This record gives sequence, structure tokens and C-alpha cells, in this order.
Amino acid sequence: MHKFLIRSFVSSLVLLFTLTVAAVAKDVKAAFVYIGPTGDHGWTYQHDVGRKAVEAAGFKTTYVEGVPESADAERVLRQLANSGHDVIFTTSFGYMNPTNKVAKEFPNVKFEHATGYKREHPNVSTYAARFYEGRTILGTIAGTMTKSNVIGYVASFPIPEVIRGINSFTLAAQKVNPNIKTKIVWAFTWYDPGKEAEAAKALIDQGADVIAQHTDSTAIVQMAEKAGVYAFGQASDMDKFAPKAVLTSVENNWGPYYVDRVKAVANGTWSQKDTWHGIGDGMVVISDLDSQMPADLRSKVKKLQADLASGKVHSFTGPIYDQKGNLMVAEGKTADDGMLAGMMTYVKGVEGDIPK
Amino acid sequence: MIIDINFIGLIIASIMASAVPLILASCGELITERSGVLNLGVEGMMIIGAISGFALMTVTGSLIIAIFGAMLAGVLISTIFAFLTQTLITNHVATGLALTIFGIGISAMIGKNFVGIPGKEFPVLFEGLKDTIPLLGPILFGHSIVFYFAFALPFITSYFLKKTKIGLIVRAVGDSPESASNQGINVRLVRYACILYGGAMSGLAGAYLSMIYTPQWIENMTGGRGWIALALVVFSTWNPIKILIGAMIFGGLTIIQFHMQAIGVRIPVQFLTALPYIVTIIVLVVISRDSRKIRLSTPSSLGKSFHKDN
Repeated sequence: MHKFLIRSFVSSLVLLFTLTVAAVAKDVKAAFVYIGPTGDHGWTYQHDVGRKAVEAAGFKTTYVEGVPESADAERVLRQLANSGHDVIFTTSFGYMNPTNKVAKEFPNVKFEHATGYKREHPNVSTYAARFYEGRTILGTIAGTMTKSNVIGYVASFPIPEVIRGINSFTLAAQKVNPNIKTKIVWAFTWYDPGKEAEAAKALIDQGADVIAQHTDSTAIVQMAEKAGVYAFGQASDMDKFAPKAVLTSVENNWGPYYVDRVKAVANGTWSQKDTWHGIGDGMVVISDLDSQMPADLRSKVKKLQADLASGKVHSFTGPIYDQKGNLMVAEGKTADDGMLAGMMTYVKGVEGDIPK
Repeated sequence: MIIDINFIGLIIASIMASAVPLILASCGELITERSGVLNLGVEGMMIIGAISGFALMTVTGSLIIAIFGAMLAGVLISTIFAFLTQTLITNHVATGLALTIFGIGISAMIGKNFVGIPGKEFPVLFEGLKDTIPLLGPILFGHSIVFYFAFALPFITSYFLKKTKIGLIVRAVGDSPESASNQGINVRLVRYACILYGGAMSGLAGAYLSMIYTPQWIENMTGGRGWIALALVVFSTWNPIKILIGAMIFGGLTIIQFHMQAIGVRIPVQFLTALPYIVTIIVLVVISRDSRKIRLSTPSSLGKSFHKDN
């Protein structure tokens, strides 16, 4: 009995000590809200790679996947905020309003919303990546590598992010090859391998010999591999899925940003920010260039990559005209971020209309 | 635009390839429903087949083990459904829905380790004959064994139901389990068998997606095809040949609308993407409007539980 008392006393002391230390060093807990499953090998997968980087930096993280962009999102956010998370990353455009709404109720919790523009409360930051810079590189490669001068583009939904990508891709391709035509097919899905493969097949059957994609699965590069045409990986390096077809990939690299922001919360230096990082800051990464590309193209791409990173080259440098021939960006000027963020018109050279 | 005859052949071949999973799953479900059991778990069984096939292919390296393993996985998961609905007499609709939710969840769990792994190339037959005949060459040759099986299946199913004794028993059980039981037929056994067969075909349909059509594993990769397969069974009024027609129209319009977009036809894209769903239903309703025939082919006891003891 005596022994037992001593033992419980000692263990209570140890427990108390641990608790005190924990309270002083306050473990920062980060939560991530995902639109899709972490197993999509695309958008959500890459965010989860970023989350793992946060974990590797020594912080606790949790995530909720497959959260619809509806009232459900609010419920999930409220629950995460209530259960002791210090910073919550909401990784889809549609979480914009729920994020701001819940942020108002929890002023001590920091919120980080990806790809949005509303920061209604001081505890809300937004962040996004300049993927269009990556598409400038893809367009340059596509325009050089095509023999049929028909380039296929599988698009997801008509939102500024996607239109901007189509435009920057086409502008770059035209610059190296004025004869190219970009054929666009809207799949109206971010991720349905069967449908994406069918869309790519239709473009290939119609003579496209380079396929670009703004949907998430690897089905398109695999279809390109089967048909013997070129393609580009999306969101992650897709080279191993189609070693012959994939010339390079544009990778989403969220890890460094996530680690930075969680550290800022831990140090108490977090403040509201609007971040839009590109190749220069490492948020957009270009995978290895395939050796099928001629050496001079590869060095050209390397240089373009460096110039985009340093800001010497901008993806949207005037003169840029829209489809009707109206001037969008004057000669010598570049498109400002406001124009880029709301871009809903095609540039000259893109075929077809934007679905309304 | 010049319409090349081989171009049409290519389009038809891709339409057929996209119809394969629908035909397989629908023909399987048709047998299940003909025995009077409504299994809404097709999507769940398909996704289980997809992950099982992909996982076995990656782990064992054998395509044969993977294909049969996927069918077996479909059988196993449908055994749960059969046990619940036939032995424990639960409600078919609720159990089927639960099966789908279960299938999607468990496939995601198993699949965690298989994301981001490229699939293997699946061998195709008669590749060399593809260019020998214009138009028909790409349609007839250069496909996987599963493809040929899928296009034979509606005819086999039709023959089985109409001309064989076992087919007659299946129909009798679906129409009037009481009478069948009085004739000495073991209703529960027949229904068990039909459910498991449906599971095997759904499993094969899933394996076709993850091993042949788009060789990779990602969560939810069946993308609602199980539900379309279910709808095809009903709108075809339980006729396997009409399932074939419906699946071809559905697959066909999905692919043709992409071609129309690529050519630059000025029709709103949203309308084009909705087209497969609308047209498939309209066509099947029109070709099946004979109400006498519908009554004849509809399993009268569909979805009703059968208690032998009362």
C-alpha cells in the first residue's frame, strides 16, 4: 500500500511536469481541409505532401478529406477551431465564404485559404501559386515539339485559374510557333480518369500531337503514351506513368509555405498576408526536362525558367489581344495581378468560346 | 473537315472501349435483378474490384491472378449483401446503399498504398490485324480479352435467360418466389448465386477500369459508372441486348461530344456534357415502350424479401 502511494505520487508529479512543459512550449496544431481524397495523386495529394512537410518540421497536424464546399465546410471548420487547432488551411476555392464566416467566430485561430481573395477578418490570409508561369514553359515546349501544329488541351471548369492557364500556354506556344492551333475540350470534371482519357483520345484522334491538361489524374498522360504523342504532367511529376510521353510536369509545391506559416504561428509572428508565389519562390516547380527534347530547347527552357523566376520575363507581356482583336495589355506592359485574378476572356489564337 | 474512314473506325473503337465496364456491370446486375434481388451496391462492388485488381497486379505481378482476384473480391463483398438480404432478410435498398458506401470507404483504405504507382500494360489480341481492313480493323482487332468477353456477354445472358433451364429457374424465382418454392426450387440458393454472379461481373468491370482502361489506382475512380450501369438495367427493361445499345449510346455520346468540342461545334458545352444522360434515357424509354413486354420482362418480385417460413 505504501509503495503504491509513493508510486502514484511520483507518477502524478511526472504527469504534472509534462503538462506544465507542454503548456509553456504550447504545441502548435495545424489542420488541413481537403476538397478531394488524399489519394487523388493530384491537387489534394500535393497539399497533403505539404502537410507531411509540416509534420516533419515537428508540428502536429490533422486533416479532413472530401469536405464539400457547402454548409458542411462550416461545420468541419468550426469543429477544427473548437478542438484546439491554432491554424487551419482550407485548400479549395469554394471554402472562401465558410472560412471567413468561421474566422469571425474564432479570432484566436488563424485561417489560411488557398486560391481565394476574401480576407474579411485580420485572422484570414490567402495564398495561391502562379501556375500560369509553369504553363508558359509548357507552351514553349509544346509549340516547339509539335509536328502537326495541333495542340490539345483538356480543361476542367471555366474559371479564371483555368482560362489564365490556357492563355499563358497559348501565348507562349504562339511565340515559338505562330502556326499552332490550341484545341480545347472541357471535361467538366477535375478528376475522372475515364472521362479525361476519353477527352484526350478525342483530341489525339483529331490530330493533336501534344496534349496539355488542367485536370488532375494521370489518365491523360497514359493515353498519350499509348497513342505515341507528347503530354505534360499536372500537379505532381507524372513521368513514371508515361516515360515516353511526359516531357516535363508542373508540380505544386506547398510544403515550404506551410512550414513557414505554421512556424510563424508558433513564434507569434503570424500576420495577415496575401501570397501569390510562382517559380521564383519555389511554389511552382518544373520537373526534369525529358531527354527527347533537343538540347537547344532544353537550354532555352532553362533560361526561360530562370527569367520567369527573376521576374525578367512575365507570362503576360504586351501586346496581348483578345479573340476579337481588342487590346488587353499594351506593348511593353505586363498584366497586373488584378487582371490575372479575374481573367475570363481568351487571348487571340485560342479557338472556340468559353462555356458560359 | 475531311472525314477519314479510319477516323470513324477509331471513334467507334473508343466508344466500344468506354462501354465495356457498363456492359459488364449491367449484365451482372440484370441477372441479380431477374432473380428478384435489387442490389444498389454496384458502384461499391466495382470500386472494390478496381482496387483488388490493381493491388493484386502490383503485388503478384500476374494479370490473371489480378483479374480473377478482382472478380473474387466482387463475389466476397456481394456475399455480405447476400447474407444480409437473404439470410437476415434485411431491406434490399438500404443494404445496397450501405454496400456502396462500404465499398468506397474500404477501397480508399486499401488503396492508400497504391496511389501513384503506374499500372502494367495489359496484352491486346490481334494487334497486327488492325490495319488490314479499313474501318473494321480498329473496331474488331487490338483489344483486350475482357473487351471481347464484354461484347459477347449480352448475347450469352440473353440466351441463358431465354433458352436454358437454369435461366428459367432464375426468372421464376424473380417473378414468383412462392410458386418457385412450391415447385421445390431453393429460392434462397438461387438468389445467393445470382447476387454473387452480379458481384463477380461488377468486380470485373472495376478491374477493367483500373487495369486496362486507365491503368492506375485513384480513389473514387469508378466515377459513378456503377449508378449508370444500374440505370441501364432499368431503362433497358431487363433486356441484355438493349443494355448493349444503351451502353453504346452512353459511351458514344460522351466521346462524340468531346469530338464536337475539339472540332469547335458551337453548342453550349454544358448541354453537350449532359447529352449522354438525356439521350440514353430517351432512347431506351422509346425502344421499350411496349407496356405488355415491360410487364413480361420486369421481375415482379424485384426488391421484395422472401421468407420461406410464412
